[in-house]
Amino acid sequence: MTIAPECLLRPGNTNCGGCGMSNALTMLGRVLANQPCIMVIPACCGIVTAGAYPTTSYGVPVIASTFASAPAFASGVVAAARLNGDSTNVFCWAGDGGTYDIGLATLSAAAERNEDVIYVCYDNEIYGNTGGQRSSATPFGARTSTTPAGKVERKKELLEIMVAHRIPYAATLSIAHTEDFECKMRTALGIPGFRFLLIHAPCPTGWKSEPAESIQLVRVAVQSGLFPLYEVFNGVEYRLSLEPDWSDPRPYFEKQRRFDGYPIDVAQVMQQARKQYERLRSLAKLTAGD
Amino acid sequence: MSIEVVTGNHAAGYALSVAGEANRTARGVVCGIYPITPQTEIVEYVANFHFTKGHIVAVESEHSAMGVCIGASLNGARSFTASSSNGLAYMAENIFVAGFYRLPILMVAVNRTLGPPWNIWADQGDTLMFRDAAWIQFYCENNQEVVDSVLLGFRLAEDSRVLLPVMVIMDAFIISHTSTETELPGQELVDAFLPPLALHHRIDVNHPVTVGGLTWPLETASSRVEIDQAMQRVPRILAEHQRAFEQQFGHPIHGALEAFAADDADLLLVVSGSIATTARKVVQERRAAGEKIGLVKIKMFRPFPASELCQISNGASKIAVLDRNYSAGTGGIFWQEVRAVLQRKPDTLIQNYLTGVGGLDVTPQCISEIIDDLRGRTEMVHPLWKGVAV
Repeated sequence: MTIAPECLLRPGNTNCGGCGMSNALTMLGRVLANQPCIMVIPACCGIVTAGAYPTTSYGVPVIASTFASAPAFASGVVAAARLNGDSTNVFCWAGDGGTYDIGLATLSAAAERNEDVIYVCYDNEIYGNTGGQRSSATPFGARTSTTPAGKVERKKELLEIMVAHRIPYAATLSIAHTEDFECKMRTALGIPGFRFLLIHAPCPTGWKSEPAESIQLVRVAVQSGLFPLYEVFNGVEYRLSLEPDWSDPRPYFEKQRRFDGYPIDVAQVMQQARKQYERLRSLAKLTAGD
Repeated sequence: MSIEVVTGNHAAGYALSVAGEANRTARGVVCGIYPITPQTEIVEYVANFHFTKGHIVAVESEHSAMGVCIGASLNGARSFTASSSNGLAYMAENIFVAGFYRLPILMVAVNRTLGPPWNIWADQGDTLMFRDAAWIQFYCENNQEVVDSVLLGFRLAEDSRVLLPVMVIMDAFIISHTSTETELPGQELVDAFLPPLALHHRIDVNHPVTVGGLTWPLETASSRVEIDQAMQRVPRILAEHQRAFEQQFGHPIHGALEAFAADDADLLLVVSGSIATTARKVVQERRAAGEKIGLVKIKMFRPFPASELCQISNGASKIAVLDRNYSAGTGGIFWQEVRAVLQRKPDTLIQNYLTGVGGLDVTPQCISEIIDDLRGRTEMVHPLWKGVAV
């Protein structure tokens, strides 16, 4: 039996309207087509997606792991698979809390061991499942239930941390750029070893935004340079996926009420974004010059 | 079968390795390992073993070591690990997962005092923390019992009527680092004793299910009922496998508990782990001097062998429970269990002695003092600390 591609995430799930993770799962299903896969999902909205026993919204085997353990569980799953000549793709599918925070040590260790696992972090910059607390992925200025006056620290640069592990493949993805998204998913599927994909995934509930505007929001984030799309092979070969048009980022902040009441210095934000992008561009030039 | 002079750790490493190797005709063996004193030699042994079909993952923490075992077991491989003390505490969350996912993982745990303060000596507090984790627990007396319990443990854990993880436990240093003559059965014997693992609830891409997602109270309670029923079946199934073990390896193995000179005893010592060897010697001497005294060694703490204990203790009016552990606010943990089981015998005096806590030596003299003390008592008092000024 093969799994119909549309059946990775089945209809009838109870995810929120405008949930970026749901789009990401749908796109992953398309890319996987008939390839078998097993998903390990720690505590996060992704495991709530399954719904209540005995039903499940997932059309592939899913193992619920403890919050910090997805990469460890996946290491065991994939080792047993490979011992038995089974080429099934093993995924970790985790939110930013399980990735940037509590699961970081486990993630780092699995990356260092170059486990044959695709780790996907759908980053909604908040502990969505528990109702919207700050994580180290929460951006500067965002109000959450534990940063009521707005977060005073900047977001952790996780992709660079993962790149520093010199894993075969690391990339940022946006659900607003579907071709790039699916292309990177395919690239990841074609490379053995540890692959890390970071998806900017809107959460209207946590971002206090209109569900219908989710995709527009993350598109603005890419185009204004706030969320650069790029990929890195083997920790050294940087490739920029898309040149931002440096459009005005204000709609991104204005359409999310989590930024209400905190004076975002747009000029400063843009300066930081340009600096980061120039840094990436120079790294990509180094690669091109090799 | 060869007899070698080896430490408890070496014995455990050997038994785990040959048991893992025995699954080479099925889905092999996959383990997560992480070092901690005093069990480190076990995972070193395993990492150096040449498995025909195996993969050892040296991870970054005990929490992940059990995580790897869970993933591997869910994908049908035989799986085991080893840990101790604060490592077990760090692993705790995933220890419960293994139990509640009904995975036949085997863990050798070396009892070491939970810190702080920093202390590497024997104390059972680390493993007794997991009495509620849906694991079967065997507290071993010596190196031979470690080897035998590992082999028996896999057969019991993987029995489809049981499907519960098994913890094989030994005292730090007293067993883990002490070399004694130990029978190490050859691979062929172990192959014949351990059938290939066929885990019927392993994940399968052709029949996708979600393992461990949201479950309502009724279904959750039902899964606990199933664990309760499996635990209740354990004594009978253990006895079956004990007989098979004795046939296969040619020597006896203790089941849930061992009674020594207990038949007509009016005073019983209830002990566990390596203290049993010392206590048996003292009982022998006092028997020779005409005292009606006996010994019960509790080997299996989970499921707790309630009915067996009731039968054995029938004639005794005084029972001393020796605990190498301390649960703050109550006393010894074996004592609590023994009292709970024997509450229907209100005339029995069940006194707790906290012996060897934090790794204190439990000497023959200490045990003799306990017997003398209990002889003079007419009613139970607060648990009595031994070997330390109170």
